[in-house]
Amino acid sequence: MSKLVLRNVSRVFGEFTAVENFNLALEEGELVSLLGPSGCGKTTTLRMIAGFMTPTAGTIELDGQVISSANSSLPPEKRQMSMIFQSYAIWPNMTVAENVGFGLKIRKVKPEEIRRRVAEILDVVQLGALSERYPAELSGGQQQRVALARSIVVKPAVLLLDEPLSNLDANLREEMRFEIRRLHDEFKITTVYVTHDQAEAMVTSDRIAVMNKGRIEQIDAPYALYGRPKTKFVAGFIGRTNFVEGKANGEAVHFGGFSVPAQTLQAEGKLSPDVLVSIRPQSIHLHKQNPGGGNGRCCVQGSVLRRAYLGEYWDYHVTLPGSAQLLRVTARPQEVFDEGQPVWIEIDTAQLTVIS
Amino acid sequence: MGEGIAGRAAAGTPVAPAAAPSAFGQRWRHLDKSSWVWLLAIAVLLFLVVNPLFRLLLASVQEQDTGAFTLANYAAAYSRSRYVDALVHSLVLGTSSALLCLAFGLPLAWAVSRTDMPGKGLIWISILGTFVIPPYLGAVGWMLLAGPNAGWLNRFAIELTGMQKGPFNIYSMPGLVLVTACYSFPYVFVFTKSALDLVSSEMEDAANILGCGNFKATLSITLPLVLPAILAALILVFLEAIALFGSPALLALPGRFHVVTTQLWQFFEFPPKVGVAAAYAMPLLAITVFLFWLQRRITHRKGYVALTGKGGERRPIKLGGWKWPLLGYCLAVCTLSFFMPMVVICQAALAKAWGRGFRLDNLTFDNLYFTLFENTLTRNATINTFVYAGSAALIAIALALCIAYIVNRQLVGKKLGNVLSFLTMAPFVIPGIVLAIGFYAAYTRPPLLLYGSAWILILAFATRFLPIAYANSNAAIRSINPELEDAVRILGGTRFTAIRRVVAPLLKRSLAGAFILVFIPGTRELSSAIFLSSINTQVLSVLLFDKSDEGNFEMLAAIGVILVLITVVFILIGFRLMGRDFMLRRTAA
Repeated sequence: MSKLVLRNVSRVFGEFTAVENFNLALEEGELVSLLGPSGCGKTTTLRMIAGFMTPTAGTIELDGQVISSANSSLPPEKRQMSMIFQSYAIWPNMTVAENVGFGLKIRKVKPEEIRRRVAEILDVVQLGALSERYPAELSGGQQQRVALARSIVVKPAVLLLDEPLSNLDANLREEMRFEIRRLHDEFKITTVYVTHDQAEAMVTSDRIAVMNKGRIEQIDAPYALYGRPKTKFVAGFIGRTNFVEGKANGEAVHFGGFSVPAQTLQAEGKLSPDVLVSIRPQSIHLHKQNPGGGNGRCCVQGSVLRRAYLGEYWDYHVTLPGSAQLLRVTARPQEVFDEGQPVWIEIDTAQLTVIS
Repeated sequence: MGEGIAGRAAAGTPVAPAAAPSAFGQRWRHLDKSSWVWLLAIAVLLFLVVNPLFRLLLASVQEQDTGAFTLANYAAAYSRSRYVDALVHSLVLGTSSALLCLAFGLPLAWAVSRTDMPGKGLIWISILGTFVIPPYLGAVGWMLLAGPNAGWLNRFAIELTGMQKGPFNIYSMPGLVLVTACYSFPYVFVFTKSALDLVSSEMEDAANILGCGNFKATLSITLPLVLPAILAALILVFLEAIALFGSPALLALPGRFHVVTTQLWQFFEFPPKVGVAAAYAMPLLAITVFLFWLQRRITHRKGYVALTGKGGERRPIKLGGWKWPLLGYCLAVCTLSFFMPMVVICQAALAKAWGRGFRLDNLTFDNLYFTLFENTLTRNATINTFVYAGSAALIAIALALCIAYIVNRQLVGKKLGNVLSFLTMAPFVIPGIVLAIGFYAAYTRPPLLLYGSAWILILAFATRFLPIAYANSNAAIRSINPELEDAVRILGGTRFTAIRRVVAPLLKRSLAGAFILVFIPGTRELSSAIFLSSINTQVLSVLLFDKSDEGNFEMLAAIGVILVLITVVFILIGFRLMGRDFMLRRTAA
């Protein structure tokens, strides 16, 4: 049985539909993130799971019990969940230890037991030395750890995270991603993680639900999501990509400038006459000489229109002959080509993903 | 196009009625156990604001004894020419004192905000001092200064020039206008100064670089930018002046003329003609509501967005030799409003007989000692003043906090929330004297017989200053991120736990400040107290007024000094809690 199930959940504000027909099932101990641009309904979904908001249609079930429906909603304090907020919501009038111990106190745990468990969890998040400090005396990262400790120590049925890293600077954010994953591996709490940052979602999650305009576009493991995006939105939102339009013509699909045998394109069902594929910039390689085709590779000649050196890689924009199509190519730093230089473009056809 | 919009609206309507009840029902369930508190708060609000106003309107169209519908009250209220004269006097008083306030407040605000005039600190302190003096106490001070025969200024004038009779008579319309303006101009000062503080020097620089001199730039750039603030202040001052009871009662009655408020008071002389008073109060209420509406319109107009910016760099304008005349003018205004009245009041409070002048052998603390400890009447009134103002402040803040919480956390939906917010702010536009008549009309008869008890005063004070409490509570609640409460709830705490453990501790400081801001006007409130107090429930302000016709100025001054001392002590506490500018900060009207 799934731990947490959202069944046909919708939320309407007046005329505006924030979340539409949302379906998701989390297994015990799974970490699923809701990923999407701002305004896509991910935070609304999270607040419905938490019980701060009631769905206007559909149900939310925890351990097979309905906790939210359009008619009734269990108040948040009775859901045995915990949540990490965008602002951390560390209570400024309590010390670190008091903050972390608060949930246990509400649960009427004995004082000495509270002290033991607080000390234990503070060690886990490396804040043992700061337990008597007030939040104002902590850095952003430390406050973040307090919020983590506070929500984990109560051993919640479900842990909810609402853009927990968006207020941290870039380095700290990278560090905390791994920290959150480490804590999840250690405690195995069923978790819903809301973020707009794809890297964050990819590092932390077992599965990612990509949301757009209140709907789920695709739910998959990070690898599948990147390698096999099912919609144009997902392909464009997760990483960078090239969209190339082609015409299916019997055995082959023609993409102005090059063509690919139809059977190499993996598609669910039959190919439509108008084909849209996504080609990741990493699956295209540039060569000075013709590397020779075959073996699932397709080679065409083109030229470099623009280039940018970004230290970790080159970002090339190349054009194909007889086509307005522009391709972005990511190349290693030592692969240097001049602007205007003719190049051989090698496309790994196994990496082509049919969007429609 | 028009059809399209209409069509869409029509298509939208079937959804709304279906969704609204169920959304309301859900909210209802979400209120949990805490809902009774919110319901209680709403009930108290109805009791304090809606019922008195409703009773006021009702009383104006009812026969006093039978309760039958009648327009006789209106006929009685406007039938005599002297009743109508009193209305005209009020308008003259309001307009003239507003203009005089402008002459006082505007130069001071400009001088303190934009110039390098010396002695700004002194001006600042005197203006704070002017705020501290209740207007009726200022009137007492001016009676000592410019009473027709014995007033200090007249005595000096006679001594200097040898004329038969002193030239000054405070018991006249000009005298009343001067006294009113002296204690209202700080509003013009504060409003104008806050606006000037936001105009950046860069705007004047821009005029300078285009060939415009300093003086011309001030007139053609700065002044128009702060004009909305000035207009808003003038309206406020006008309304203050026409709603004022103490100064007119002290000065106009001996001068043998009436204004609206004193006339209302006369309608209450035994036997009280509540219906006539209610009818007579309607123009006052109507003017006030209209002008506050106008003031909102003015301050909310677009096109003056410059005033909302950060303002950039500000440099004081160099006045050169002009700074001394300007300082002289500022000091003259402060002398009229603060130094002179305060000096003669202190003298009288500490004198065996004030007429004997400033001599050491005339000095005594007996008046203060007698007032505070020996005279049971004044001692009880002092205690009552503290107890009533304190209880009123507590009630006002508790209620305001509940309403602010309900509105900000949207516990009852947006529309009802707006209504609650409006009702809580409504007493702001009700003159104290009108509110008192409403309370009198509502709570003098069984089943709610409060008249004669302390409660009617406490509740009237609480209602009168509810808007101050609400503005502060609202700001305080807004400063708290709702996620702090959400965090409590998701960890298993109820809404009450969240309020008790998180919201209350965080609001302690700003609520204490709000308490002081309600408590101070509560200790000096006269216009509503005069109608609602009885022999056993006297407060200092009413006592001071009652004693004014006995001519015992030493005791009047002693009561006044006690009132001022109470205020100063609490302002100092407020400074500690909330910082220097908490009194003179312009809170959005």
